[in-house]
Amino acid sequence: MSSNFNRRDLLKALGAAGLAGTAPWLASRAFAADKLVVGVIYVGPRDDYGYNQAQAQAAAAIKKMPGVTVIEQEKVPETLEVQKTMASMIEQDGAALIFATSFGYFDPHMIKMAEKYPKVRFAHCGGMWTEGKHPKNAGSYFGYIDECQYLNGVIAGHVSKSKKLGFIAAKPIPQVLRNLNAYTLGAQSVDPKITTQLIVTGDWSLPVKEAEATNSLVDQGVDVITCHVDSPKVIVETCERRGIYVCGYHADQSALAPKGYLTGAEWNWMTVYSMHIKDAMSGAPFKNFVRGGLKEGFVKMSAYGKAVPDAAKKKADGIKAKMMTGDYVIFKGPLKDNTGKVVIPAGTSLKQTDPVLEGMNYLVEGVSGKV
Amino acid sequence: MAFSGSGRLGRTMEAFAIPIGALLGSMVLFGLFVAVLGKNPLEVYALMYQGAFGSGFAWQNSLVRAAPLILTALCVAMPAQAGLMIIGGEGALVLGGLAAAVAGHFLGGMAPFMVKLAMAALAMLAGGLWIAFAGALRQYRGVNETISSLLLTYIAIALFNHFVEGLLRDPGSLNKPATYPIGDANMLGTFFGLDVHWGLGFGIVFCIAMYVLVKHTTLGFSLRIVGGNARAAKLAGLPVSKLVLAACFLGGSAAGLAGMAEVAAVHGAANASLIAGYGYTGILVAFIARQNPIAILPVAVLLGGISASGGMLQRRLDMPDATVLVLQGMAFMLVLAAETLYGRFRLFQPKAA
Repeated sequence: MSSNFNRRDLLKALGAAGLAGTAPWLASRAFAADKLVVGVIYVGPRDDYGYNQAQAQAAAAIKKMPGVTVIEQEKVPETLEVQKTMASMIEQDGAALIFATSFGYFDPHMIKMAEKYPKVRFAHCGGMWTEGKHPKNAGSYFGYIDECQYLNGVIAGHVSKSKKLGFIAAKPIPQVLRNLNAYTLGAQSVDPKITTQLIVTGDWSLPVKEAEATNSLVDQGVDVITCHVDSPKVIVETCERRGIYVCGYHADQSALAPKGYLTGAEWNWMTVYSMHIKDAMSGAPFKNFVRGGLKEGFVKMSAYGKAVPDAAKKKADGIKAKMMTGDYVIFKGPLKDNTGKVVIPAGTSLKQTDPVLEGMNYLVEGVSGKV
Repeated sequence: MAFSGSGRLGRTMEAFAIPIGALLGSMVLFGLFVAVLGKNPLEVYALMYQGAFGSGFAWQNSLVRAAPLILTALCVAMPAQAGLMIIGGEGALVLGGLAAAVAGHFLGGMAPFMVKLAMAALAMLAGGLWIAFAGALRQYRGVNETISSLLLTYIAIALFNHFVEGLLRDPGSLNKPATYPIGDANMLGTFFGLDVHWGLGFGIVFCIAMYVLVKHTTLGFSLRIVGGNARAAKLAGLPVSKLVLAACFLGGSAAGLAGMAEVAAVHGAANASLIAGYGYTGILVAFIARQNPIAILPVAVLLGGISASGGMLQRRLDMPDATVLVLQGMAFMLVLAAETLYGRFRLFQPKAA
C-alpha cells in the first residue's frame, strides 16, 4: 500500500479529513437541542487560585450533571464585550442559562441582554436585583462569606502573638469592608486588644502591589494576614516565604502555603449553580434574589492547617455550629467605628440577611486605616 | 510584471501585498501552533471565520469590537505623520470618557442633541490636550514622547480613579464606583439599525477626514514633511512645533472621542470599565495599517474579528483566552519584520527611466 501512496493521494486525504473535521462546526448551533446549554463568563483566568477559580470549580462540577452542556469564556472585561459574549452564547451556542460571575457585568450589560433575550435566564454574582426595576429573567446570587472571614478571625486571634493582623483589600467597597470588619470582630472575640492593619491596593488584580503590601505588613509586625483581592495567590506565597500565617479567601490556597495556611473562606457556588440548573430544566420560575451563608451551603471553610491549635479549632467550630443553625449574629450593637462613632446602637442586632449590611461604609474599632 | 510600469500603482500594490502576506504568514504559523496543541487547524480556522465574519451576528460582533480600536489607532497614526511615536492613547481615552461623563451630568437638563455635542467636544478637548502635552514635552523640553505618553497614561488612570472614586462618585454606586449617570435621553443610539453603536460612525468619519487631511491638503503635506525630516521642515520655514502639537491634538481627540462613545453608548457613566486596554490594541492596529488613516478601518475590523473569534474558540474547543493573543502577537511581529522587505522586491519596483 505505502509504495503507491503518492503525494496527490495524501493531499486528497488531508483535504477530506479537514473537511470532515470542519463540517459539523458549520451548523449554527453546535450542541444537541435536548441538552440545557449553560454559559459561564469569567472576568479573569479560570485558574487564578481565587475568585474566578471558585466559580470555575462549580462550572466543572455541573459538567457532570446529566443533560447539561457547559460553555465557558474567561478574561471577558466588563465592557460591551460581555454583552457580545452573552449574545454569542445564546445565538451561536443556544445557551438558555448564563452565569455572569463578575460584579461589573450586571449594570448595564446583563440587564440589557436580559431585556433583549427574555427567554434566557441570567444569574449574576454579587449584584442587587430589585423587584420592579430589573427584568424577571435576571437575578443575582451572593453568599455571606463574612461568616467565614469571622471564623478566619477567630483562628487568627488564637494564633497571633503580636496581636496585629493584616488585611489587604482591593477597593474600599461595602463587600470588602464587611469582610474586613467580620475578620476583625472574629479576632477580637478571642482578644479585644487585637488590631487589624488595612492596606488598600486600588484594584482587583495587582500582584506586585499585593506582594509589596504583604511585605510591608510583615515588616510592621503583623503575623496573620488575609485579604479580599481577586487572586490571593501572591499574598499567600509571600506570607509563606516571610514565615507568617495566612488565611485564604475565595478558594483553597493551602497548596501554596503548606506551613502557614491556617484556614480560609471559600465559596461553594455549586449549590447555586445546581439550583438554577434544576429550575431551568423543570421550568420552575427563576429565583431572582438568592443569598446564603454557611447554613445554606453557599460558603465553606478550608480544612484547618497544621499550625492551628486545638483550642482555636474548638472555639471556631462552636461558632460555626451556631452559624449553621442561623443563630449567630456578627454585627450587633453596641458597635463603634474606628473614629469612635456608634454605628450600631446597643440592643440592635443586624441579621445576615439585613440589606443594611450590603451598604457598609465604616471600619470597626481596632482597624487602622480610613475609607 | 503587470503593474511594474506605473510606479504609483506598484507602490500601492506593495503596500497591500506585504502586510497581507505577513498576516497570511501569521495564520500559517498559528495553524502550526494549534496543531502542536493537538487541535485541527482547519477546524480552528473554520470556527474563527464563523465567529468573526460567518453571519450577520458575527459581523456586528466584530464591528462593535472594532469601533474603539479605530479611534485609538488614530491616536498613534496622527502623531506618526509628524514623526512622533505616541503610545498613550489609553490615557486620552479614559480622560475623554471622564470629561464626557462630567459634561453629560452637569448639562443634563439641556436638549439631548446639545448634551451629546458638548460631551463629544469636551471629550475630544480633554484627550487632545493630554496627547498634545506629551508632544509639547518633546518639542519644548526634549522628553522622549514614547516614554512620556506611556507614563502619562498611568497618571491619567490614577486621576480618573481618583475622581470616579472620590469627588465625582455617585453615592448610589456601592460596589462599583462610578460617576453620576448621564441619563437615558443623552445616550447614543445604534448605527443605522445595526446592533453597533455610533462609536463606529465616529471612527469611520474621523478616519476619512484624517486621510483627506494627511494626503490631500497642504497642512497634511507639511505634517508629512515634518515627519520625514524635522530639520529640513524648519529650514523650509514650516512651524514645526505647532504642526507636531496639532497632530498630537488630533490623535488625542480621536482617543478622547472613543472614551465618550464608551460612556455615552455603552456604560452610561464613567467607571473603571473604561480602562479596558483599547488604547494599547490601537497601537497594534496603527502599526499593521502602517499609520495610514484609511487602512486603519479594515485592520481594526480584522482585529475586532480576531477578538470575536477568540470567544468561539474558548466555547467550542475549550481553548484558553490567550490563544488569539498568540495570533495577534505573531501578526504584529511578522508585520514589523516585513517592514524591512519594502523596496526589496523587483516586482514592485518602478521601471528605470
